[in-house]
Amino acid sequence: MDLVIENISKDFDEKRVVDSVSFSVGRGEIVAIVGPNGSGKSTIIKTIAGIHSQTSGMISIDGTDIRKMDPVDLAKMIGYVPQHFTYTLYSTVFETVLLGRRQHIRWSVSDEELSRVQYALDSFEMGEMAGKYMDQLSGGERQKVFIARALAQDPRVFVFDEPTSALDIRYQIEVMETMRTLTWDRGTSMIIAVHDLNLAYRYADTVLVLNNGKMAGYGKPYEILTPDCIRRVYGVDSFTIENEFGKFIIPVRARIPAE
Amino acid sequence: MVQETSPAKSRTISVHRLYKAGSTRRILLIAALAVVVVTSGLLSAGIGTVPVSAQDTLLAIGHSCSVTIQNFLHQYLPAVMPFYNAIPFTVPAPEKPQAELIVVGFRLPRIFLAILTGISLAIAGTVMQGLLRNPLVSPFTLGLSSAASFGAALAIVIGPGIIAGLLLVSYDIFIVVMAFLFGWLSMLLVYWISRSRGTTQSTLILAGVVIGYLFTAGVMALKYITNNEKLRELMVWLMGGMWGASWSAVLLLIPLVLICFFLLERKAWDLNALSAGDDVAKNLGINVSRLRLYGLMISTFAASCCLAFTGIIGFIGLMGPHICRMIIGNDHRYLIPCSALLGAAILLISDTAARTIMSPIEIPVGIIMYVIGGIFFLFLIIRARGRGLY
Repeated sequence: MDLVIENISKDFDEKRVVDSVSFSVGRGEIVAIVGPNGSGKSTIIKTIAGIHSQTSGMISIDGTDIRKMDPVDLAKMIGYVPQHFTYTLYSTVFETVLLGRRQHIRWSVSDEELSRVQYALDSFEMGEMAGKYMDQLSGGERQKVFIARALAQDPRVFVFDEPTSALDIRYQIEVMETMRTLTWDRGTSMIIAVHDLNLAYRYADTVLVLNNGKMAGYGKPYEILTPDCIRRVYGVDSFTIENEFGKFIIPVRARIPAE
Repeated sequence: MVQETSPAKSRTISVHRLYKAGSTRRILLIAALAVVVVTSGLLSAGIGTVPVSAQDTLLAIGHSCSVTIQNFLHQYLPAVMPFYNAIPFTVPAPEKPQAELIVVGFRLPRIFLAILTGISLAIAGTVMQGLLRNPLVSPFTLGLSSAASFGAALAIVIGPGIIAGLLLVSYDIFIVVMAFLFGWLSMLLVYWISRSRGTTQSTLILAGVVIGYLFTAGVMALKYITNNEKLRELMVWLMGGMWGASWSAVLLLIPLVLICFFLLERKAWDLNALSAGDDVAKNLGINVSRLRLYGLMISTFAASCCLAFTGIIGFIGLMGPHICRMIIGNDHRYLIPCSALLGAAILLISDTAARTIMSPIEIPVGIIMYVIGGIFFLFLIIRARGRGLY
């Protein structure tokens, strides 16, 4: 096992936001974290990304506790894509992607770093936009730049906080396909918080369902994300359909009050 | 998609080429700005109430340098004297007898003070804007200038009295020290307030604005209660200017400003990473709150050192970095030196204009600077389409 999360809890101002969550991600594997707003998805993602530390529990990569690692080394292991991204008006696309190489750059930028930036941009077919300014892009293109930035980090584990939230359906499929292929090809792991249950169905190997910070299900998407589970967690009635493209979940109405 | 990732060279712009072309142009731009600063410094030394010819200006500077070196060697390194004397030419004294006093004694310290102040305020503004990701942040908006003026006003109004007596310093130094101390105090206060409420940038900026108003209230109160004579002195200080220039101030400031510059420049990549947001920066292994404290303290130090000698000089800390971002982009490795030089150029040119336009009467440098800088900035906004160097 590669990335192991054991009994992670996180308190904010005495309030327990994540409560004893455990799961693991192997190489080439994608884990989707789903759950209602405020269920603790982002908190888990940020804890793994090294943005804040857990109150208790342990996160380890290949047996090493990440809290005992140098932040600089951790930065080379874990690449994070935020839900809301920030950029400045005067940065270009490739400069933004280059930031992913921060821990490999001392002062000047070597050809190798630039090649990695080129590769990351090309992976998302954004090569021709390298010289554009961030505010000249559409929202979806910007999000792809941020995903490319995480790819340039060349990490062992990608952690994504709703990476497709600003993307239209075409971009969503493109980005997810690219990320799945990269995960397979490079033997990386990916943890992704998503709202779209069908994305979890389609791309995740394992799904973790969170409700009020607690684990409400963990396992294969088709087995876990059942209409019954969705009713329990979201308070939404739904049904599944299956056709030649796979299995899909269709939410139909909110139950009042939510259970 | 990955199956198609092999770089399609025909339509892809090479990142390598973009990066290299951009770097070259940026370095050239910085070099050009450096030339502008040096040239305007030399020109400025020649013009003023008493005109000094170009030849005399250069001779005055050269002669005074050689005399200083000679004295220095004579006093501290007598062994090197024979080698120095062996140099076959000497710099003659300028034709006009008082040229050396005017150029070296009065104008050069003023020119240096303008350059140093421009540098320190511009780098402080650049770093503060980068640290807080807010384009409206400057030594002014974070309350630093108000606090420094309060310190100076307090020193002027209460007079040297007991405190200065205790510290064994003269009245002038007392004002400088008070301005500096209060400038720094305000930043510590701002940081402490925002810290106790969780370090979001907006609380920090808000705390800065509020602290700024509190100190402004203090300055107004002091203006109200003080007598006429001191009020005049106070107003002169608050308007800001290069009147306080002296070689001792310049020699003190040169190392301080240079050290601050290099300490901040070292953090250029971290500042770049911060532009992608706190969370991304943390994921990139940067200790964001430590970086923020470090950057704010050093830039405050640089700015309040200079403000203490010049009084309140606004605008440069805000506009210098803006103008540079528009021209040179957001890479702090280039942005910090570029702002420093642009700040120096703007302040030096403005100060020269301020002391020559209505000569022998001097007008406050702020008036000139706001006009020159404002027009330049508007010009940039209007033609901003061609932004950047790529």
